[in-house]
Amino acid sequence: MNDFLKFISLQDSTVRMVVLGVVLLGASTSTVGTFTFLRKKSLIGDAIAHSVLPGICLAFIFIQVKNPLILLLGAFISGWISIFLIDYITRKSRLKADTVIGLVLSVFFGFGILLLTYIQSGGNAAMAGLNNFLFGQAASLVGQDVYLIAGVCLLLVLAVYLLYKEFVIISFDQDYGATLGLPVKLIEVLLSTLTVLAIAVGIQAVGVVLMAAMLITPAAAARYWTNDLRKMILVAASFGALAGILGAYVSYAAPKMPTGPWIIVAISVIAFISILFAPERGVLMKQRMKRLKRGETLRENILKIFFHLGEADGDYSRSRTQNALQERRFIDKAHLKKGLNQLCKQDMLEEDGGAWTLTEAGLDEAMRIARLHRLWEMYLSKYLHMEADHVHEGAESLEHFITPEMELILEKELGFPETDPHDKPIPYKNTING
Amino acid sequence: MIIQAENPVVEVHDLTVSYDRNPVLWNIDFSIPKGKLVGIIGPNGAGKSTLLKSIMGLLDTESGRIKLFDQALDDVRQRVSYVPQRESVDWDFPASVLDVVLMGRYGKRGLFNRVSKEDKEIAMSCLAKVNMEKYYKRQIAQLSGGQQQRVFIARSLAQQAELYLMDEPFAGVDASAESSILALLQEMRAEEKTILVVHHDLQSAFEYFDWVILLNMRLIASGPKDEVFTNELLQETYGGKLTLLDSLSNFIRRKELPIKDPN
Repeated sequence: MNDFLKFISLQDSTVRMVVLGVVLLGASTSTVGTFTFLRKKSLIGDAIAHSVLPGICLAFIFIQVKNPLILLLGAFISGWISIFLIDYITRKSRLKADTVIGLVLSVFFGFGILLLTYIQSGGNAAMAGLNNFLFGQAASLVGQDVYLIAGVCLLLVLAVYLLYKEFVIISFDQDYGATLGLPVKLIEVLLSTLTVLAIAVGIQAVGVVLMAAMLITPAAAARYWTNDLRKMILVAASFGALAGILGAYVSYAAPKMPTGPWIIVAISVIAFISILFAPERGVLMKQRMKRLKRGETLRENILKIFFHLGEADGDYSRSRTQNALQERRFIDKAHLKKGLNQLCKQDMLEEDGGAWTLTEAGLDEAMRIARLHRLWEMYLSKYLHMEADHVHEGAESLEHFITPEMELILEKELGFPETDPHDKPIPYKNTING
Repeated sequence: MIIQAENPVVEVHDLTVSYDRNPVLWNIDFSIPKGKLVGIIGPNGAGKSTLLKSIMGLLDTESGRIKLFDQALDDVRQRVSYVPQRESVDWDFPASVLDVVLMGRYGKRGLFNRVSKEDKEIAMSCLAKVNMEKYYKRQIAQLSGGQQQRVFIARSLAQQAELYLMDEPFAGVDASAESSILALLQEMRAEEKTILVVHHDLQSAFEYFDWVILLNMRLIASGPKDEVFTNELLQETYGGKLTLLDSLSNFIRRKELPIKDPN
């Protein structure tokens, strides 16, 4: 707990540096990653992340010290070569993109591991910590690392700010962008370059194995919360920064623990929460909507029974027992009771000693459902040329989805017909005396 | 039968195009006069979309020459606008209707610059022309097929071009949307704009267009509709694929050979 307070209060200058580093990193990587995600290039992100390893190792072998700038350069070059190769092989061979990505990823990563093993067997004292590049160690970020991260992040965010509309158009409709005369190929290369840079700069804190998740997951989670790209970028950046802070804390409290996996755990939890709980797009919300719709359908079907019974004996204000309702159309008892109770609460029905009567509002609603059903049957038979004995099924399910605007269009298109294909009258308002 | 136009807006000479090394257009040669509503007609796989994309410089051509307003495409981009097929993009993209229509202004703005207030006004007026101004804030994912199509047309109008190339603007739209799109195209024609439309429905084609290009991997005819719409020419266009030509292109694709000497 002491650790936590010390961390959260940011009194320690080392802690401040580390936190600053991961926040900048998480935010800027997620910003660029939003476009990688929208362009459906997530897998390429993973390939780049694995492919920077040989570059780092070669840079180290070459200069024999851990200079962050040189290592970044090595990572950047080998990451760039990997996307060039993926693009080139995909275009020139008949291999599919996913195969090429898998191929390049494993070849580069394998080569990187080979080099790493070679370096470790060499016994150079400076090589200590190079291992961190596999799974990341945020706590190992020191002043010059953070300055470098800050510089690169500034560059990334500035580039996205300045070229926002260009990045949007190559993500949404690249061909159209080309016909406008925009240099889309150049913009594409630039965006790929920024992606490589974002990955390369994050390697020390997050590690090559898991860096792709840092790039893609915040954007994927953010997509659940908004339909506005500008907001989506901000949300993704915040998620990235948040995950970074958590990873940094773990790295600080348990120095032996690699940071990358913890950052990924954090961002995955955020993504999981988004998938479940986001309004509109979230799974739970969708489930809830489905449940509400099922309840509504049940209530509408019950009202329709009242209408049919009333139509049969010419008396819409007569009270009906559960048995009478079930005889007309079977709904199991538990559901029927539930629906009746809800309708009473909505003042559509009135109960009196085990029998129910339509209220005025209830009759209006019951007429509306019957009307939609019969109008839809007319529509099916008129426009889809379906036989009268086939239209009932379709109308039975769709009547619950027709909005008032659609009803209006339906009535106009059909010219307010008086009867349905079964010659039953279509109940319009004020045509029935309740 | 090819009737060449005088002072053509579009001029295509001897165009051959292959897609993934599979030749889809052979020696296409035609010209289009100004201020016409032109239908590009042919069966599935005839290369109609490929022809539009080639004119817009989106595909590498094996051979041939294309001139717009008697100049190269790059010199007249501001005067030409393209409407891709509706299915060519992911409509789940996080953007509003206005965002998409504003893309039509990107070419005028150039790199780094943001869209201006004037751009927004132009975009809104183009939305009004397709009766979509009410929906400017709507997410594009929530649009119906016909509405998506109209948003694409509004985006194209926002370019304020003189020549429009539209790929299947009538595909997947209902009857009322189709007639309102047609009315808009006729209005544009009245303003002396030239419009090339890829269209798959032979029945309505005669009614809609005043100049027709019949295409089936090769050019069958190009000219005023009254002269082109003959039984014989239509038969030739729709009379099945040319099996020999087809198997030859398959052979070329398998062997990965270049179709023509680039020199």
